Amino acid sequence: MSDIETPVTVRITVDGQPVDARPGELVIDAAERAGVYIPRFCYHPRMKPVGMCRMCLVEIDAGRGAALQPSCMIPVSPDMTVVTDSERTRKAQEGVLEFLLINHPLDCPVCDKGGECPLQDQTVAYGPGESRFVEEKRHYEKPIPISGLVQLDRERCILCDRCTRFAKDVAGDPLIHFQGRGSSTEVNTFPDEPFSSYFSGNTVQICPVGALTASSYRFRARPWDLEETSSTCRTCSVGCSVTVQSSRNEVLRQNGVDNDAVNWGWLCDRGRFDMESGRSDVRLTDPLVGGTTARWSDALGAAVAAIRATIEAHGPSSVALLGGARLTNEAAYAWARLAKGVIGTDDVDCQLGDGLPADLVLGLPRATIADACTPKGTIVLVGPDVKEELPVLYLRLRHAVVEDGATLVELGHGRTGLSRYAARTSYAHPGGDLVERARLVAKDLDESGPITVVFGRTSLAEDPAVLAEVAAIFLAKGARFLPALRRGNVFGALDAGLAPGLLPGRRLLDDAGPATAVWGSTPAAIGRDATAILTAAAAGEVKVLLLVGADPVADGPDRALAETALERATVIAVDTFLTESGTRADVVLPAAGPSEVDGTVTNLEGRVQRVNRKVTPPGTARPDWMIAVELADRLGVEFPQDPDALLAELGAVADGYADVASALDRNPDGVLVTGACPLPATPTARRAPAPSGSTLRLVLTDSLYDAATQTAQSPSLAPLAPGTVARLNPADASALRVEAGTVVSLASARGAVDLPVVVDDGVPAGAVAVAANQPDCQVNRLLDATWPVTDVRLEVRR
Amino acid sequence: MARLEPANVEIAHEIISRYPRPKSALIPLLHLAQEQDGWVSDEAMVHIAELVGCTPAEVIGTCSFYEMFKREPVGRYLVNVCTNIACQLLGAEDLLHHAERTLGVRAGTTTPDGLFTVEDVECIAACTEAPCLTVNYRYFYKVGPSDFDAIIADLRAGRRPTRCAAEPGEDGEIPAHGTLHRVRQSIPGDRRAGNADPDTAGEPAWLGAGGAS
Ligand code: SF4
Ligand code: SF4
Ligand code: FES
Repeated sequence: MSDIETPVTVRITVDGQPVDARPGELVIDAAERAGVYIPRFCYHPRMKPVGMCRMCLVEIDAGRGAALQPSCMIPVSPDMTVVTDSERTRKAQEGVLEFLLINHPLDCPVCDKGGECPLQDQTVAYGPGESRFVEEKRHYEKPIPISGLVQLDRERCILCDRCTRFAKDVAGDPLIHFQGRGSSTEVNTFPDEPFSSYFSGNTVQICPVGALTASSYRFRARPWDLEETSSTCRTCSVGCSVTVQSSRNEVLRQNGVDNDAVNWGWLCDRGRFDMESGRSDVRLTDPLVGGTTARWSDALGAAVAAIRATIEAHGPSSVALLGGARLTNEAAYAWARLAKGVIGTDDVDCQLGDGLPADLVLGLPRATIADACTPKGTIVLVGPDVKEELPVLYLRLRHAVVEDGATLVELGHGRTGLSRYAARTSYAHPGGDLVERARLVAKDLDESGPITVVFGRTSLAEDPAVLAEVAAIFLAKGARFLPALRRGNVFGALDAGLAPGLLPGRRLLDDAGPATAVWGSTPAAIGRDATAILTAAAAGEVKVLLLVGADPVADGPDRALAETALERATVIAVDTFLTESGTRADVVLPAAGPSEVDGTVTNLEGRVQRVNRKVTPPGTARPDWMIAVELADRLGVEFPQDPDALLAELGAVADGYADVASALDRNPDGVLVTGACPLPATPTARRAPAPSGSTLRLVLTDSLYDAATQTAQSPSLAPLAPGTVARLNPADASALRVEAGTVVSLASARGAVDLPVVVDDGVPAGAVAVAANQPDCQVNRLLDATWPVTDVRLEVRR
Repeated sequence: MARLEPANVEIAHEIISRYPRPKSALIPLLHLAQEQDGWVSDEAMVHIAELVGCTPAEVIGTCSFYEMFKREPVGRYLVNVCTNIACQLLGAEDLLHHAERTLGVRAGTTTPDGLFTVEDVECIAACTEAPCLTVNYRYFYKVGPSDFDAIIADLRAGRRPTRCAAEPGEDGEIPAHGTLHRVRQSIPGDRRAGNADPDTAGEPAWLGAGGAS
């Protein structure tokens, strides 16, 4: 657990060897640290021990004579003697295994767990070899789906309570439970209430038998056929440590790896299962020019010709780049240098108008996840629904509140997944008094412990300038900030300089540092952000638009603007799939996906971790860094030729990244990059117009499962997208005479969508909350990215 | 069948307020549901979950642990025939077969008119009076086939069975399955524990106020 620093002061003896243990440490852990592995099923180092399985019985003498005791339940005490290999211990282990196997079907040949099964392995190592049980075993229907992702084979269950403890204590979703009694005890859900937790895949990983299996992996491989590599999940910015397992050049499974600083071994289901999209047969495999398949040399030639001609005719700022948050640090750096050092434009943005100003994110004093989770500290949540956007961060914050006495205070525009753990919630009307509320909340904060603000967009339909004011309030209280931007490697992209006014290493343009020397030149003036780039493209000022893993049409806040921009500009799109924006592109370059490239990524704390290639990309798709290197080459500049060399060059221009490669070799859990750029002056947010009585104010939220390509292209996850609904406060619903299920039309000055109503007292009165980017609805038709807030008129469809 | 009726929701709230943690009220609430419907339906479990703030899976976890909570409808009268060793030696199996034959059902099932469910049960702690059975947990001692027929005939006719053990204060009435008692426990508001986290809350009012008079 996180008590690594605790001194080892308790001397015990394990199998005759002296062992120094930490006060309070469990015997099973102390023995393992000393190299003595005690077999176990129910004990899991990230969950409270329950002593369910008795497999860990060893002889423990704490002064009153040796007795068989479960080593997962007994903390060390001075002069304790532990014997793990005595005749009595062996007999106990044999007995426990014989009992566990009484009702076990032993269908190993058709069980996914076979070959990596603790029950199988420990039976071989510690079991009696033969069973005396001749009676009929219990039988159940095999297997039953307990969710769209997880199947349960009750016959195989040894009732270790790991999955049920995980669901209740770690995820806070007790949707599976022991049912029945005695030998007919089983794990199950309530009838017709599936185990629809965002974290259900973890139960498959920690089940010590094959009782819980993942639909996406069932019967696809045998463990001994799998090859694996360690890597980092890139689906959101938490950056969970994973092991990627493949067979025959297909990624088949992704499991969590315990990184004490980040994910504690857990993954969310989106991050675990969206690797399915890698093997999709609609992946882009060849370049497209004008919609038809082309050779790489022709496609790159067309792209370079367009860029060169535009620069010559209209200057470098007629070329702009959007995206980069999907890339590795190396690729982000290559694209940043291509745009800013070679083309010479500063019109570059890795966020699509759905994030925060880069200098604000990089200027605020940064907190780590561990800082945020300090026992008895204070967490202020000003931002998105962490459960929906940064799920494993949700687990860590939840743990801090529930187990470690941290206090959570929530500010925003409505109930989120964390609200039930909040000591105080304060929900503002969008465009209303968020700043006032922040002041009130800040006044009452307990300043005796650390204060961490988890900081992001509270609504995608509101001008983020208001958040800079909120940040300033908490900054004055000495708070640190954990930025909650969700796009995979957005923090790596920012550190590489993929934002207007920014250079690699959290430097501003006017303080370029070594980049000028290495690159030859840096842009002279601060460029435009995503909204301004798209506006300029729509006005014909930006003539070439590079989209690097960006889909502003579907995935940006202002659909109409993006559509016009893409229509007018020459578009060069680099992506793994043909997105809505890609279909409008003149040149499309197929990119390698996650698990198909080597490199590093940087998470929301600023922690750099490695991603490793496990499979080769489909068709002729190439890594993003290579595409940038080739474009640069054709524009007459030679870039470093591989990820290691790119990282080395990033280290040369960005202080924090100087020795990252060697530091990563020493510390595979990641290396924290610190340092901040000067904090911008707090802008005054444009005051939103007073709400009119006849309209509702839009709160645009995100859901874990949305229409993002990787999710939508993963067959297990695509059906889980909840779809779009209009969530209304009960007072508004009754005033407007609508009830749950009524289909209404929401119309802004920009556009209209039809949605069913859900009545939800977690939405503030006068607001309507709608999830963005769901597969069934183009909510971003309602928005104009330049409005401070979005007001919509609600009408009942007849 | 059904969620709790409004009157029972009132009672449920009173029951919940007796405990520091609402979830502690699960078992009395399951009894309340069983009293209302004669069994515990899925809808009732969902309703109880809402009332105590847990998930239906947690309610069914508790409910399914106890044999006496029926999660399928049973007859108005639940006839439990003991076939454990003492009763068995004195003819309990013949009694069970007699019960099955005369009622036309197998143990574990219910007569089509919904009046009787027969169950074969383990020791019910009346070995000195073997063979014995209970009807809705009211005891009948030293029961032979003709005694059994008389009990059934009385119940069918709406009479109080004559052979019902006349414990002090009992009048032989056998209410429908699910009814635990005729006098419902009621604790005045000022003597209830009240919902509060016992780890952080102070001493409950009733402890301090000389409640143990
Ligand atoms: S399903 Fe697996 S994890 Fe859950 S109790 Fe059974 S053996 Fe343990
Ligand atoms: S929380 Fe984010 S990084 Fe972690 S598994 Fe989920 S998507 Fe991946
Ligand atoms: S591991 Fe200790 S009882 Fe299961």
